Amino acid sequence: MTGHRLFWPAAALVALLLGNLVVSPRFFAIEIRDGHLYGNLIDILRNGSPLILIAVGMTLVVATRGIDLSVGAVVAVSGAVACVQLGSATVLVAVAMALGLCLVLGAWNGWLVAGLKIQPIVATLILMVAGRGLAQLITGGQIVTVSSGPFLAIAGGYLLTLPLSFLIAMAVYALTSLVVRRSALGLLLESVGGNPEASRLSGLRSGRLVWLCYVFSGLCAGIAGLIISSNVTGADGNNAGLWMELDAILAVVIGGTQLTGGRFSLGGTVIGALLIQTLTTTVYALGIPSQETLLFKAIVVTAVCLAQSPAFRAKLVKRRRRNESTTAPTEPAKVEVSP
Amino acid sequence: MTALSVRVRSYRPQRRHLPVLGALAVLVGAYGFGAVRYPAFGSGQVVLDIFIDHAFLLVVAVGATFVILTGGIDLSVGSVAALSTMASADLLQHRGWPAYAVIPMVLVLGAALGCAMGLVIHHFEIQPFIVTLAGMFLARGLCYTISTESISITDDTYTTMAQTPIPLGAGLHVSPSVVIALVVVAIAGHVLHFTRFGRTVYAVGGSERSALLMGLTVARTKVAVYTISGLCSALGGVLMAFYTLSADPLGAVGMELDAIAAVVIGGTILTGGSGYVLGTVLGVLVLGIIQTLITFDGTLSSWWTRIVIGALLFVFIALQRLIARRSR
Repeated sequence: MTGHRLFWPAAALVALLLGNLVVSPRFFAIEIRDGHLYGNLIDILRNGSPLILIAVGMTLVVATRGIDLSVGAVVAVSGAVACVQLGSATVLVAVAMALGLCLVLGAWNGWLVAGLKIQPIVATLILMVAGRGLAQLITGGQIVTVSSGPFLAIAGGYLLTLPLSFLIAMAVYALTSLVVRRSALGLLLESVGGNPEASRLSGLRSGRLVWLCYVFSGLCAGIAGLIISSNVTGADGNNAGLWMELDAILAVVIGGTQLTGGRFSLGGTVIGALLIQTLTTTVYALGIPSQETLLFKAIVVTAVCLAQSPAFRAKLVKRRRRNESTTAPTEPAKVEVSP
Repeated sequence: MTALSVRVRSYRPQRRHLPVLGALAVLVGAYGFGAVRYPAFGSGQVVLDIFIDHAFLLVVAVGATFVILTGGIDLSVGSVAALSTMASADLLQHRGWPAYAVIPMVLVLGAALGCAMGLVIHHFEIQPFIVTLAGMFLARGLCYTISTESISITDDTYTTMAQTPIPLGAGLHVSPSVVIALVVVAIAGHVLHFTRFGRTVYAVGGSERSALLMGLTVARTKVAVYTISGLCSALGGVLMAFYTLSADPLGAVGMELDAIAAVVIGGTILTGGSGYVLGTVLGVLVLGIIQTLITFDGTLSSWWTRIVIGALLFVFIALQRLIARRSR
């Protein structure tokens, strides 16, 4: 049971939720208001959906041994394009243009990584730096607000009593896992991540696969950007999606996907993203100053990474054995606490 | 004949120097462009102002160079710098510590944070990216724990350091921070090129396995570079406090990006093993001169800085790829 790769992230999520229940018994309460569900848990799903989207895209990139640092900037660009276009175009056109540009940005990242063979961290760093400049260029350095009803429904709307944004995130997740796990694509991705050169030699077009992953990641970030800008009813080139890339990478890592590539778990990523969102909500619910979320995140990342590190487990086991072999253990097994 | 060909070849720059020379060319080109377009740009003080405005970034980037030379990455530098600024301000203003106790204290704090990250990275084999990310969250979180509002510093030593110009003659001057930054650069250059530790840093970056098989002290070196990076970030934070005479928990956000960009533009290869501290200095100056050019222009908005830096990053990285491919 504990050997299952989703066990630890899921256990952490459940523990965090139960902790909340102990502190505030009404935490799990869900009621129907204005014809849709309402409560803390629904809030977590609603506010967590952009992160789920980005993290799902990031998972595929990480599976190919890559990383996409530019997602936060792409979120800002997507929101900027949509909000500026809404001034003159219909919602559909604006959304299409925003997503189109995000596909182009993803293709650019993919070309740098797969075509020019630049290290992913560096290749996507370029867009991470330039992307926010681009977003501000599009909005003219201002915060563009929107009031279009259909656009605001992306984040604020409900379908079948559930938040629309969460349904969008779940649809993308379901579609991705269907395509990845019901076809050979997932296996090919793991093969490329495990050993790109060997995969290429055995006849895989690894370059194209890697490129596709970055395009997909760009698209996911684009959709998340639409949700975020719809949620705040405007586009802010400076702050939209700030630190999103780090949260997404965190979600991927917590979900059990190794940054060294090869194996990935989309379900784990969704749990990881929900865990991060629950953490944020918990911090609010406990009345801790919201800025201290970062401290909590640091502790959680450290704990999860240590738990996943084979070297750390090996050292812990060795020390425990040593203690058991001596009759009087003078020193209890210490767990290293470091940032 | 052979002597002649050797002599002719010796005039060509070495391939590994090309990225640094590229950064130098961009720097000279940008300065020449500015000097021709804006008469005031040509004055020496503009160049010195770039040093004054970016002294702290220079120190932080020098620390990042050590880490990147070993093939690692340190995302925590900006937060650690901000933490060191916040801690100094808090100790000085709220706890009444004297400056001569505060500065060593925060330097030790930064070094200890870096050392802890290095230990986790090496001994638990977790990727530097994720460990320093956690470090970044931790340091930023600690900033907020100290105070959520900015603190202004009124300590005498700090104000003296901030406001005493060091005259260079002909009406030019620099700040004491610039001198400190240049001393750091000199020490770093000496350590990297003339000590056994420096050679080990390059060796670990070239191939950690080979370095290990050669019997080099890989573990000690890896932990040491993160400690150095933490120390440099903390010193950068102190210089930032000298520069702004205040501490903001949101200060130095994104500085890790600037530091990495400066290191890359300066020709250090992110996979490790190749690069120079002098290149990093040029990288910081290139970032500085772009900002100054955009300020001088007046019609360009501030966000062009980021776009130009992004474009420059692309050009330099593509150049590095080209050189790496040729030499193979």
